[in-house]
Amino acid sequence: MSILENAKQTVQGAAQAAMKKAIALAPDSWLPGGQPDPLIRQQHGLIGAPVSRLDGPLKVRGQAPFAAEFPLDGMVYAAIAFSAVAKGRIAALDLAAAEAAPGVVLVMTHANTPRLQPMPLFLTAEKAAGGDDLPVMQDDRIHWNGQPIAVVLAETQEQADHASSLIRATYEAEPATIAFAEAKAQGTEPGQFMGQPLKLEKGDAEAALAASPVSVDATYVTPRHNHNPIEPHAATLAWDGDRLLLHDASQAVAHTAWSLAQVFGIEEKQVRVTSPFVGGGFGSKTLWQHQVLGAAAAKLAGRPVRIALSREGMHRMIGGRTLTEQRVAIGAQPDGRFEAIIHTGTVAMTRHNALPEPFILPTRSAYAAGSLKLDVEVAYMDMLANTFMRAPGEAVGTFALECAIDELAAKLGMDPVELRIRNEPERDPVEGTPFSARHIVEAWRAGAERFGWSRRNPTPGAVRDGEWLVGLGCATATYPYYRMPGGAARLTLTRDGRVRVEIAAHEMGMGTATAQSQVVAERLGLPLEAVSFAYGDSSLPGVVLAGGSQQTAAIGAAVAAAHRVLVAELLQLAGNDSPLAGLKPEEVGGLDGGLAGLEEPARRESYASILARAGREAVVAEASAPPPLETQHWSMHSHGAMFCEARVNRITGEPRISRFLGSMDCGRILNAKTAASQFRGGIIMGLGLALMEETQFDERKGRIMNPSLAEYHVPVHMDVPEIDVIWTDIPDPHAPMGARGVGEIGITGTGAAVANAIFNATGRRVRDLPITLDKLL
Amino acid sequence: MPMRINGAEAALPPDPRVSLLDLLRETLHLHGTKKGCNQGACGACTVLLDGERILSCLTLAVQCEGRSVTTIEGLGGEQGLHPLQEAFIEHDAFQCGYCTPGQICSAVGMAAELRRGVPSLVTADLDAPGIAPDPAELRERMSGNLCRCGSHNGIIAAIAAHCAGAAE
Amino acid sequence: MTPFRYARATEAGEAVRLAAEAGARYLGGGTNLVDLMRETIERPAALIDVTGLAATIKETEAGGLRIGAAARNTALAEHRAVRSRYPALARAILAGASAQIRNMATVGGNILQRTRCTYFYDDAGARCNKRNPGEGCDAIDGFNRSHAILGASPACVATHPSDMCVALAAFDAVVHLAGPAGARQMPLTELHRLPGGHPEIETALRPGELITAIELPPLPIAARSTYRKVRDRASYAFALVSVAAALDVRDGRVADVRLALGGVAHKPWRARRAEEALRGGPATAAAFRVAAEAELAPAAPLRDNGFKIELATRTIAAVLGELAGEAA
Repeated sequence: MSILENAKQTVQGAAQAAMKKAIALAPDSWLPGGQPDPLIRQQHGLIGAPVSRLDGPLKVRGQAPFAAEFPLDGMVYAAIAFSAVAKGRIAALDLAAAEAAPGVVLVMTHANTPRLQPMPLFLTAEKAAGGDDLPVMQDDRIHWNGQPIAVVLAETQEQADHASSLIRATYEAEPATIAFAEAKAQGTEPGQFMGQPLKLEKGDAEAALAASPVSVDATYVTPRHNHNPIEPHAATLAWDGDRLLLHDASQAVAHTAWSLAQVFGIEEKQVRVTSPFVGGGFGSKTLWQHQVLGAAAAKLAGRPVRIALSREGMHRMIGGRTLTEQRVAIGAQPDGRFEAIIHTGTVAMTRHNALPEPFILPTRSAYAAGSLKLDVEVAYMDMLANTFMRAPGEAVGTFALECAIDELAAKLGMDPVELRIRNEPERDPVEGTPFSARHIVEAWRAGAERFGWSRRNPTPGAVRDGEWLVGLGCATATYPYYRMPGGAARLTLTRDGRVRVEIAAHEMGMGTATAQSQVVAERLGLPLEAVSFAYGDSSLPGVVLAGGSQQTAAIGAAVAAAHRVLVAELLQLAGNDSPLAGLKPEEVGGLDGGLAGLEEPARRESYASILARAGREAVVAEASAPPPLETQHWSMHSHGAMFCEARVNRITGEPRISRFLGSMDCGRILNAKTAASQFRGGIIMGLGLALMEETQFDERKGRIMNPSLAEYHVPVHMDVPEIDVIWTDIPDPHAPMGARGVGEIGITGTGAAVANAIFNATGRRVRDLPITLDKLL
Repeated sequence: MPMRINGAEAALPPDPRVSLLDLLRETLHLHGTKKGCNQGACGACTVLLDGERILSCLTLAVQCEGRSVTTIEGLGGEQGLHPLQEAFIEHDAFQCGYCTPGQICSAVGMAAELRRGVPSLVTADLDAPGIAPDPAELRERMSGNLCRCGSHNGIIAAIAAHCAGAAE
Repeated sequence: MTPFRYARATEAGEAVRLAAEAGARYLGGGTNLVDLMRETIERPAALIDVTGLAATIKETEAGGLRIGAAARNTALAEHRAVRSRYPALARAILAGASAQIRNMATVGGNILQRTRCTYFYDDAGARCNKRNPGEGCDAIDGFNRSHAILGASPACVATHPSDMCVALAAFDAVVHLAGPAGARQMPLTELHRLPGGHPEIETALRPGELITAIELPPLPIAARSTYRKVRDRASYAFALVSVAAALDVRDGRVADVRLALGGVAHKPWRARRAEEALRGGPATAAAFRVAAEAELAPAAPLRDNGFKIELATRTIAAVLGELAGEAA
């Protein structure tokens, strides 16, 4: 699959003949002048190998335990009733029938919910995990249509659901801002993302646009989306005195534990959150009101609680991606050079969340341009808090930007691949920093060759296959490298030559445990079978969010730091009687189940021998990762060249995707099998974004009208062709293992590649997603 | 008459509202069968009822009296995995693993339908005696099982490999 | 789900007797009813399980087929006689739902599934004249992309979701009923109602009546029939528009035709205007288009579903064109 695969195979023989060498320690920082992670030079070991998922046997047997599958003694089941107005107050709640219903243990409303602090809003503190910072059933106020107004606990789920359906609420509704046009008319405010304004001007872009010989200027609209993981949000929880144990579906266990402690006014260590398996998250599985309500109800009832959301409940109380309205204007010279890029627009948001969908992010670094104008404005609405969904910003921002580039290419009469390559920046267009590793041009060339791009007919509507019009389109995918602070790991090396890695990380299907076990095995010179990887538990070290495609780097840096401590400790234990005597940590590395000199591999002692001589059963090393300063020194981004073949039925307008290729440049790939799945997964969600996904928000009531998988369409097998993925596999010298993240980039660029292919097929330019058949009739 | 689940007798629930899915998960603690939507739209709860793939979320447990249910826990042998389970691992036919048991049970039922000659919407000739399990046939027949992680290619590849192996 | 009593019937008379109490409903595969009960939109006091009733598919003396109402959708679609003599019916069933649902759903239950509309499903948050007669309809001015363009009323614009029924409507299927007052039969096209002022009443069934069988008449033209479904996903989605058609072309003229539409109305829509326009006329693309336009002439678009008029027109013409090409 790798572009380098052929080259690799030719040198493989030679490499195998060479004497195996120990692998030096990773650097303790990724700063200028520092050495890259020595692992990036390892070409034929476990790094990159297509190892099958280590948790595969558990998952295919259905034996991997998810949040709603922990039985607890005496457990009761929760059901939630939701508001039917967008704003106002609850005038009356008739609970009599519900309280009298069979099996009911508790009906909790704002009248009897324990006093709680609001959830710390995500991004407002290091470990804040809340989707909103509203009062959680503390008063009679209604803030959105679908807000929880009551929780019923009963002996069975059937009893709880039935009793909940008997609750009758009446409201004093107040005027609410639930129409986007009205929200905009009330005035917008500049968006802020992670403390930075989403606003930037470089030069006078409007003037440059006006002066440009060739230009495009259009508005693109993307609707609300829901993550819709197949596993619904759920928690199984119990109090033991003032200690809370919560089995959650979480991509942020440490954040959730700390945040729940704030909500309940207890110590962080009194809350333990586990999440060994997560049935898909995509940004949605953080802290929302259901975990809080479940824990509050459990406290009131004195019973363990299972609170599992229905699919409708997920749509009512777990936020999704908000809508965007984006203007992209590009001014260019006749040779294609960009004089101006303008990417501005408005998103909807609430006053109680932290994400103005930052659609300008890709435009900050994707292309060189004489001038730039970027701006995300926020229109505030009374609705469920929107949140992070796979590639927040980039997923929908690249749709607008990359469609506009395709429109410009058509106007210029230029090949859209060449137009993009012509505008490759030499340094970060905004920050001026050098790129850590940027090989998008190689990815474009390799992708175009493999996809057969040269056979594209640039005239729209020219290619027919029976009833079908056929078109090819392309787009750039891009997603930044992130590494958030807080990574820490514990390594426990035992005398039997096994190592246990412990870190409060997550497995939502990314293959984290598998790929990281490969890395640890390689670092320590151990066979893969000797590594066990413990994660998904807030009692383990580290604050590691499974988000921003940063887990790989965060874990990698933390493990590297712990490894340094481990090696130092081992050398001390080895003492003067060891062949290693006199060697410093920098002079040794892992080799064949032990430590060996980097220069003199013969000076080697096995881990088992070191521990045995020291009379130790185990050595434990724990360390925190260095701060992520690398992103301040380099512009670090992954890229992809996305190619799509779309077919549109001439009679019915039905759009279908027949071929897709992602040619990726994401640094070193740690596991060819699981990384390919991550790329494909992002691309397939991108196909959904392009063709069918839309959360229907009824602006008359502020209510979501398709809270089900029957009415919110995600791609089914028949919608998904064979998706080809290749990658440059060129290591990023400034990232641990040379790897940037792979989880989110697949969804970026895909929407535009589809739209551009449909334009090539039909001559129709659809600028509002999803591209359904009615727009192509 | 009780029902049989993976060969063992199981009592019918006293409350007729209990779905087969909730009986499996909450009473019998057979959590391999998953609840994705609880309304027949995702396929995660697929089990085999007398050998046919059905949705356990829309099946009342009381309707299964005297019938035989096979869940993901009943597919493999004592130690080993069902060949389809092996194929799913080999082809990376899952990521989060939540839709996986439903996909596998569905594929087992689908393979039986193919052998029986049940046509699908993409079968060109309804009168043809046999149906080749080409990718379009497999995709159409598996479309009732949603996957949100995007492991569609691996799932179809695993099933195709299994069908090819079984045909040999 | 509201508590209910459950009983199983083994033959039709017993089922009708068991269903005599107020609030009783017959239960087939449950693929629609159990979902609606979980949403508390349906709150039956008792469920009479009729999946054990006659499920055989057999030849009638007249040369048609008689299908026991408890036959599963899959059984009907895979039946050799259906595949060769009524292929549009097999294809319509195969286009409907997923294989799992087809394995569960009975033929009787498929016919009696409720119309679909997201406002109908939103018990807590939307007005619906089906759920609460007279309270108003939030769909008429709301999200109605999938709603009716033909035969709707100010009270209801929902569509019937069945694919199978579209083919049955085209083929003059007859429904056999058993009820407290005895047995009777009616054409399938008369079983479903248009909404009018009472959208809560979806069929012409009398209280306690049970569908026992469907009879397909002998219909040679049906052997040259097909079904085309247009939807937003490539599979597993409700029809935006669907067309069941059978065509007999002789010497370039339409000797006979059967045509029905799905996804456009509160009931499976037999396209009699188009049939009339086609019979005896030329079997040409232009004539197919004119006939389709005639059928859609009374169509009344809502906010989001105006495209269905052109979509249905084109799909009818394309399906007839395909059948004409096949016949030629």
